[in-house]
Amino acid sequence: MVGLLVVSHSGKAAAGIVEIAAEMASDVSLVAVGGDPDGGIGTDADAIAAGLDEADDGEGVVVLVDLGSATMNAELAVEMAETDAVLADAPVLEGTVNAAVHAAGSKATLDSTRDAAEEARGMSKL
Amino acid sequence: MSESDTEALLDAIERIDERLHDEQDYLTELDSRIGDADHGNNLARGISAVSEKRDDLAEMALDEAVKTVGTTLVSEVGGAAGPLYGGSIMSASQELDGGLDAESALAFAEAYREKLTERGGARPGDKTMVDAVTPAVHTFQRAIEEDDLPPVDALAKAVDAARRGVAYTVPLRASKGRASYLGLRAVGHRDPGATSTLFVLEELLATAEAHAGEASATDASADDAVAHGDSADVDGANPGDEHGETDDAGDA
Repeated sequence: MVGLLVVSHSGKAAAGIVEIAAEMASDVSLVAVGGDPDGGIGTDADAIAAGLDEADDGEGVVVLVDLGSATMNAELAVEMAETDAVLADAPVLEGTVNAAVHAAGSKATLDSTRDAAEEARGMSKL
Repeated sequence: MSESDTEALLDAIERIDERLHDEQDYLTELDSRIGDADHGNNLARGISAVSEKRDDLAEMALDEAVKTVGTTLVSEVGGAAGPLYGGSIMSASQELDGGLDAESALAFAEAYREKLTERGGARPGDKTMVDAVTPAVHTFQRAIEEDDLPPVDALAKAVDAARRGVAYTVPLRASKGRASYLGLRAVGHRDPGATSTLFVLEELLATAEAHAGEASATDASADDAVAHGDSADVDGANPGDEHGETDDAGDA
């Protein structure tokens, strides 16, 4: 099964997003990473690289990110790690939920899971 | 690595360490105006971690040592500055596999600029460190390739160009990074990343002058050297400004 890694500037935010998504897709490998190397608000490429390994079930990992530096650190982590991983250009919460529901299906691939996450870009709330 | 390369690298690290700690509060102050107030602290933490590895670095080939500086910054700095500084240094370090000379320094600078631009997705004028790096690298390239200047003189011109690039960030809105959320509120503040880039370049120049000076016995400080630079082509640039003054002009 494709795994999901949620990267936020806040470990609590990432964990909360994983909690929400897991409610709808409890079998999917969902991992949360957040905070800078000192434990403050920020992101950390090494922690993200470790999260990629943890989330990988053998079929790759889709990475969802929040603000600017999360994207850069995630890209760097993907370059450094052995895991087959792609970033999704999607809102982090809605994209994670979409991707988790999709990844739980039997036909999900790495690319289709990323596409599912990116479909959340067009979601309207009102 | 050769003895002189080792000495120069360790000297540069020591100077940059001291400078970034001296400027830690100033950089954080700049970042608190238009970002998330962590730039000074993050860089200080990163360069301290690099300094702690100096004995290991001294044993490595130059490219490997510089790559280790990059990976250390990635691991310790965090934020956007970790991947931008550290990732770009890691990537550019391979240009130094034959040691340091004018050609490899230029190749390193150009590779650094390319990776930085690619990673951050920023262009000149977006109010980022690219605004210091791009003019510095282009000026360095011209000084080496077209004007045939000695590397130290070329670096002095590059530092001058970076200084004007930093001044240029003051009146801009930001299109990248946290400051882009602030819209017009970012106008009037210099970019912290461009500013820290200038500090690093100034210390690299001081290092280069100190090591070249052993041969020529000149004693030019960084400020003296850049004062001879050509600043006629950019409005509003004032190479002699203390950093506080330019900011006040924008804060009114």
